[in-house]
Amino acid sequence: MTKFQVNGRDYDLDIDPDTPLLWVLRDELRLTGTKFGCGVAQCGACTVMLDGVPRRSCVTPISAVEGSEVTTIEGMEGPEITAVQAAWNEIDVPQCGWCQSGQIMSATALLQQVPSPTDDDINNAMAGNICRCATYVRIRQAIHAAAKTLEG
Amino acid sequence: MNVSTTRRGFLAGGAGLMIALSLPMGRARAQGAAATAPFAPNAFIRIGTDDLVTVMIKHIEMGQGPYTGLSTLVAEELDADWSQMRAEGAPADAKLYANLAFGAQGTGGSTAMANSYMQMRKAGAAARAMLVAAAAAEWGVPAEEITVKAGVVAHEASGKTSGFGALTEAAAKQAVPEDPPLKTAKDFVLIGKDLPRLDTKSKTDGTAIFTMDVYRDGMLTVLVAHPPKFGAKVKSVDDKAALAVKGVEMVRPISSGVAVYATNTYAAMKGREALVVEWDDAGAETRGTDEIYASLAQMVAEGGKTVEEQGDIAAVTNPAQVIEAEFRFPYLAHAPLEPLDAVIETKGGKAEMWYGCQFPTFDHMAVATTLGIPIEDVSINVLMAGGSFGRRAQGSSHLAIEAAEIAKAAGRDGAFKLVWTREDDLKGGYYRPITVHKLRAGISDDGKILSWENVVANQSILTGTPMAAMLKGAPDSTSFEGSSGLPYQFGARRIGWGQMESPVSVLWWRSVGHTHTAYAVEAFLDEVLEAMGKDSIAGRLELLPPEATRERGVIEKVAEISGWTGRTRDGKGYGMAYTKSFDTYVAEVVEVEDRGGKPHVTKVWCAVDCGVAVNPDVIRAQMEGGIGYALSAVLHSKITMAPGGEVEQSNFHDYPMLRISEMPEVEVAIIQSDADPTGVGEPGVPPLGPALANAWRALSGQKQHQLPFLAGVIS
Repeated sequence: MTKFQVNGRDYDLDIDPDTPLLWVLRDELRLTGTKFGCGVAQCGACTVMLDGVPRRSCVTPISAVEGSEVTTIEGMEGPEITAVQAAWNEIDVPQCGWCQSGQIMSATALLQQVPSPTDDDINNAMAGNICRCATYVRIRQAIHAAAKTLEG
Repeated sequence: MNVSTTRRGFLAGGAGLMIALSLPMGRARAQGAAATAPFAPNAFIRIGTDDLVTVMIKHIEMGQGPYTGLSTLVAEELDADWSQMRAEGAPADAKLYANLAFGAQGTGGSTAMANSYMQMRKAGAAARAMLVAAAAAEWGVPAEEITVKAGVVAHEASGKTSGFGALTEAAAKQAVPEDPPLKTAKDFVLIGKDLPRLDTKSKTDGTAIFTMDVYRDGMLTVLVAHPPKFGAKVKSVDDKAALAVKGVEMVRPISSGVAVYATNTYAAMKGREALVVEWDDAGAETRGTDEIYASLAQMVAEGGKTVEEQGDIAAVTNPAQVIEAEFRFPYLAHAPLEPLDAVIETKGGKAEMWYGCQFPTFDHMAVATTLGIPIEDVSINVLMAGGSFGRRAQGSSHLAIEAAEIAKAAGRDGAFKLVWTREDDLKGGYYRPITVHKLRAGISDDGKILSWENVVANQSILTGTPMAAMLKGAPDSTSFEGSSGLPYQFGARRIGWGQMESPVSVLWWRSVGHTHTAYAVEAFLDEVLEAMGKDSIAGRLELLPPEATRERGVIEKVAEISGWTGRTRDGKGYGMAYTKSFDTYVAEVVEVEDRGGKPHVTKVWCAVDCGVAVNPDVIRAQMEGGIGYALSAVLHSKITMAPGGEVEQSNFHDYPMLRISEMPEVEVAIIQSDADPTGVGEPGVPPLGPALANAWRALSGQKQHQLPFLAGVIS
């Protein structure tokens, strides 16, 4: 049995300990906002917060989540995610949309750490998130816009 | 991007403005939209008593924007307010939802806007006329005195007003007008505006539903072990270890490989890993990439079959200088970030599917045939796709057939989700064909191109699919389009094509033939112009005939916005390329820096003429994305086969994608035009590669004749 919390709810699940968190979220909990893109931590589509830190859920076995708090795109709250989502909407960042939950998780984590990121900060923080539609121009623009909103 | 006040106004208009898209989760739902929407004047429009207007979108939404674009056309002629518009994917129905450019339901060739432009406007105009007629009857006033503006029907003299919702019941009883009048461009309220996309909200909060997000009761997830070599078949299977994996329910051979059925995705993955399969390689491609290149090089040297000829190239016997080059382009995987997937549910002799289906008509027929049931008993719900770039546009219907075979092989009714992993996707074929070009130009002392010969060798995409019938015995022009049909005036020209046969499956990859022809033609042309001492832009303009006004328009525009002064400036290289693809004219200028001997693109300027710009912001987004998609490929991408025929790449660590740090700034200028709209999904792609080649040659002196630029360099 693995005990952990997802989006504020407690779970106690009997699942093979090597099962990646990604497939527990999707197949068991039906939290489908977290996406599968590569399975080897190369694309970032599966990014979730594990105890407040962005993690690739596709390579995180459920056994490593014991006692932890997981937050997915569906459960994100706070000024950073609000500003990021508003900027993403204002600028119409998404095209196909598949990677965007992961992009938004990484962008939110960046702004929690670095309130006014430079282009280099953005390059570093977002390096692990692939957008196959190449919406990168707008992702960069939206992160700067969200940072500006948070400045007030 | 310039976010206009209008756009902000729309966004500020209401918090609930961009409501998550409703999803056709079943036959009842897809067809039954009319049940909750009392006014359904045609197959495309549903208006509810709540004033909401839902447009059934006959083209798959895979990021390129048809949910927004086609809804704009309806809203324009309906005089609806943008905030009341919703979009929903139309189910498979060839009679109602055919692409007018194909005669079958399907999305491709950047045709969504072009073929829908009049159809969607007429649908909206018809609905508007019926709402007006209903109001006239209800209020007892002449229809001509009624106005409609931003979703409000009004009669000024009597002061009566109504929303659409209150009129739906009466409107439904009105005769459907045959030929409702359409607006002229000067009266457009919504067309030409940067309206916010209808699918953005659900794609930023995790609520958008894609194929992989569909879960049916009792559903099994299925992975298929495909042969490691193209054209190989299953010889024998030992499924003992696979069946011992907790959660694995069954293993079945199907025509494309061996299917493993499990109660969850991870169990299916582990079960597939535990399979022991012996493959029969008798019909397999066993050549490695080097061998394939060698045979293609042989074919171009032999000259191919003439597919276009102008003047007599043999008569140009004594040019002052002859310039020759050979270009090599690898197999490319599309790698949409949502790998291929499909859900199928069978029940009592009927089947229902949910997936990002790009060619519904072909898939519909193929699934009915595979299951041996009438087409009326198969329904396909078309969901949004997490990218495609051509990968889901399958003339062979291989994904739909694989899903149907899985359902059939199960031997019982049930729901099955077919999932391809990233490794399946990259090793699974349906690649942009590996291609070799040979170009040869004869030039005169006084700066004229006397002869131009371009021989192309590759596999045909259409051959061997149901779409081959469209060729009617002619050569498959998607193999060499863009080498043929050039606007430039050369003394004499010949385009040749050599067709290679191989079991490696190939498919159109965003911009199809132009992915390689634009590079070969525009990079070679630039080398020829340089050899003649001519500027990239002035030299091209000289080659264009007077009637080539749209070609000239984008070239002059990109020169203007990039501040073109020549091929180098302040230690940076500049390159320009022009391509017309899918009836859209695009010119791009690339600015490149040398970073440790490698090219780093810092900025791209793009001028596009796609006729009427229905939604300029979507057009800019498609140019930005097309530029990034192309840059990813020309810098990094190649699928190769080792000697023996096995694909060498498996995931993003060895098939690297462009990352945010490599994405240049992009500036897009849209040419003002009254011409009917043409596509934007693909045309941003072709000029980028050659523009980079030209910029890098200017800066470094190196000619890049084999792609990708950074083969083997992992970013």
